[in-house]
Amino acid sequence: MSDITNPTPKKETSMRRRMLAEFWFYFSENKGAVLGLALMVILIFIAVFAPIVAPHDPIQQYRDALLVPPVWEDGGDWRFLLGTDAVGRDMLSRLIYGARFSLFIGVVVVGLALLGGVTVGLIAGYYRGAVDTVIMRMMDVILAFPSLLLALVMVAILGPGLLNAMIAIAIVLQPHFVRLTRAAVLNELNRDYVTSARVAGASPFYLMTRTILPNCLGPVIVQATLSFSNAILDAAALGFLGMGAQAPTPEWGTMLAEAREFISRAWWVVTFPGLAILITVLAINLMGDGLRDALDPKLKRS
Amino acid sequence: MSTAINAVDLKKHYEVGGGMFRKPGLVKALDGASFTLDAGKTLAVVGESGCGKSTLARLVTMIETPTEGSLDIEGKPADSSSVDHRKAVQIVFQNPYSSLNPRHKIRTILEEPLRLNTDMSAEDRGKRAAQTMERVGLRPEHIERYPHMFSGGQRQRIAIARALMLNPRVLVLDEPVSALDLSIQAQVLNILADLQAELGLAYLFISHDLSVVKHIADDVMVMYLGKVVESGAAKDVFANPRHPYTKALLSATPNADPVAKKERIVLTGELPSPLNPPAGCAFNPRCAYASDKCRTSAPALEKLGDVEVACYHPVG
Amino acid sequence: MGLLDIQNLSVDFQTAGGLFRAVDGVDIQCERGEILSIVGESGSGKSVSMLAMMGLLPWTAKINADKMVFDGKDLTKISKRERRKIIGKDMAMIFQEPISSLNPCFTVGFQLGESLKLHLGMNRAERKKRSIELLELVGIPAPETRLSAFPHQLSGGMNQRVMIAMALSGDPKLLIADEPTTALDVTIQAQILDLLVSLQKEKEMALILITHDMGVVAETAERVQVQYAGQRVEEQHVTGLFTDPHHPYTSALLNALPERAVGRKLPSIPGVVPGQYDRPTGCLFAPRCAHVQDDCHGNVTRQSAELGNALCNHPLNAKVTA
Repeated sequence: MSDITNPTPKKETSMRRRMLAEFWFYFSENKGAVLGLALMVILIFIAVFAPIVAPHDPIQQYRDALLVPPVWEDGGDWRFLLGTDAVGRDMLSRLIYGARFSLFIGVVVVGLALLGGVTVGLIAGYYRGAVDTVIMRMMDVILAFPSLLLALVMVAILGPGLLNAMIAIAIVLQPHFVRLTRAAVLNELNRDYVTSARVAGASPFYLMTRTILPNCLGPVIVQATLSFSNAILDAAALGFLGMGAQAPTPEWGTMLAEAREFISRAWWVVTFPGLAILITVLAINLMGDGLRDALDPKLKRS
Repeated sequence: MSTAINAVDLKKHYEVGGGMFRKPGLVKALDGASFTLDAGKTLAVVGESGCGKSTLARLVTMIETPTEGSLDIEGKPADSSSVDHRKAVQIVFQNPYSSLNPRHKIRTILEEPLRLNTDMSAEDRGKRAAQTMERVGLRPEHIERYPHMFSGGQRQRIAIARALMLNPRVLVLDEPVSALDLSIQAQVLNILADLQAELGLAYLFISHDLSVVKHIADDVMVMYLGKVVESGAAKDVFANPRHPYTKALLSATPNADPVAKKERIVLTGELPSPLNPPAGCAFNPRCAYASDKCRTSAPALEKLGDVEVACYHPVG
Repeated sequence: MGLLDIQNLSVDFQTAGGLFRAVDGVDIQCERGEILSIVGESGSGKSVSMLAMMGLLPWTAKINADKMVFDGKDLTKISKRERRKIIGKDMAMIFQEPISSLNPCFTVGFQLGESLKLHLGMNRAERKKRSIELLELVGIPAPETRLSAFPHQLSGGMNQRVMIAMALSGDPKLLIADEPTTALDVTIQAQILDLLVSLQKEKEMALILITHDMGVVAETAERVQVQYAGQRVEEQHVTGLFTDPHHPYTSALLNALPERAVGRKLPSIPGVVPGQYDRPTGCLFAPRCAHVQDDCHGNVTRQSAELGNALCNHPLNAKVTA
């Protein structure tokens, strides 16, 4: 048994690769998910390299070129591929920079909601009883409001602005994470390995964070991707209502709001930001579906 | 020989189904079990589902506290906050697919009890984990793998290794081989026998499989609906069962010998609900020997020859 | 001619790591009114071959067979619609977990009635009458009241009886029982096995009993087929199999039974059943076999019926029978 003294690290990496291969096998079964992933990769690339990709500064106003239509329309200008808005800013550059905001909003909102929701859900599921009842009824109250309305009220209290809008949306999205985590914890709590850790003398904190939490993350990750698109939509809606990002920030929702009055004269100022939101949300949702297929063992075929 | 566990009249009652406006029902999951388990010996607890054998396991491992009765571990009253007691009693579960944390490496799984209860250095923990893996017949170089990369039998070895990490005196084995294939079952039973001989472990072996019990146990305790109906040395109980239930259980166990003469007692009826147990002896509705006395008062466990039986009309 | 004749059945599953062969060239023959037991450990493909025959496998499974004839009908040729007509009526199956095999949303009576309506086209009154008869047949007390019970209100044993009643609703010629008593307590297991055997005698149907429990096999089966890693390694009459096994695997398996143990130590089989990635060439049991010889890693020959049709180059007790 010479290999007892010589551990074989090569085999371990191949194991990990096999796990990854399995994940990809299930993920790639879903063609929509692969499309979504591709779109997301492009989007992230554009957002990260916005200063290089964008032909113009997003807030630079070209006074000589107000409401220029896209190039393929009559009167189009090759300088402005997707035309300009009412104050002469390049649409394409604004959309490209807008991707940054949208992704930033998604990451921050989902991060906040995830952190809060998972913590609260973990506590509710682990302690059960009165703690659980109080927490879950509170979550029910939040869920009872139409989400946008609640976010709107909260922004009204906190004051308009992108940061406050993000906090408000995070609070609105949080109950979904709480519920999901709690359900997963309840499911895991009766498993033998949790009992086994308890027999070994694990403290409640240890049980919650080290033993149970890692096993609950699958569905939470799926919910996180789907919430990502919700966050972008809600932020755009708040922006559109003037409660989110403020002008001249090239945020897609805010862009839509500014362009409202030109809807009949210059279709491109409204259509492109809307299209950008649509494509992003669609890509994320497609990807989330694929992720669920790959991560949910119940849907797996052996 | 030292006594590892001494239990006197252990009881565990649960309240169930209580709603806001409903009175909760009382389930007597375990209703008076007394036994002594000596170091190096195996006590088998036998019975069908709902007989209280798993509840007994939860009490002995101090996951739950008894409603009544006393439990002594190595001569001192059981105390779940005592590190010594926690170290002394460890458990191996039936299903090796759910008893190992799927997100943890074998290293983490094995080292966890040490990290929680001792101040060993990481290096010492790793050494001890590797040693224990070898002892249960696993290759120490697999320590960085995850549980799903192992077969059921190997997982059960990992579970046993984990239980051994703290040098326990008592292992509670909750149906440790019933989820395993026959060829693997033999491997695991052999490991358990070796470990017992080597380390002088006491086993509380919980099982419904009488052929396994017959092979491994020194003493047997047969339970029915929370109560002990017969207990004694395994050879006595198997050779000459005195309680009608023990006799029925033995005869219902399929014998892997197609030419053997079969004298089968097929019990009629089902196990009664523990929420609403029959009056008198719990076994009376299914018993061929039941009399009026059995339907009104419950017999106590009494010495009868070499064994103890709770029955007014012992057979054999 | 037999009731069921399957020749050279193979089932491959598409997985992330390529094709996985779950059933490997298995032959199954079953006569009318016979009890055949297919015994094997997990991963031996014993359930998969039956599911393949009934067309109940997911689409990732690729099924190949030289011949698959049931009751004179070639199952490989007929349409899915025709196959559905046979399954559940002439050929029925019961499973290991009785509680999850029944739909928890509907009463026992409704589910029994459904299968009667589907296969026999009975009207409501006939269905009710027949349902009560069936429940009586499987030994359920007070069948009239049990008809309106939901599965979760009955015990595991009762649910298994309901499953058997449903399987019997179409008067099947073949009943396949896949580990029917594994999830049940010992005393209930004895009841269910007795019931299955008495029904089999009474209805003169064939019974294929899939199990891993040697005790159950010994007490119920007439003919036994042992499977290992997707292959049929031995087939014998039950008494012959237990007294005179010819394949080393069968022999080792029997020796591993705790009730046959002489000393404290059980004779165990080293190693594990080969998986998808470590399938040996030649005899699949060779890496674990105590009687392995050099030629075991090459071609493996199928022995004659006198030697239990053992798939082995060096069958045990060859001289005794020769």
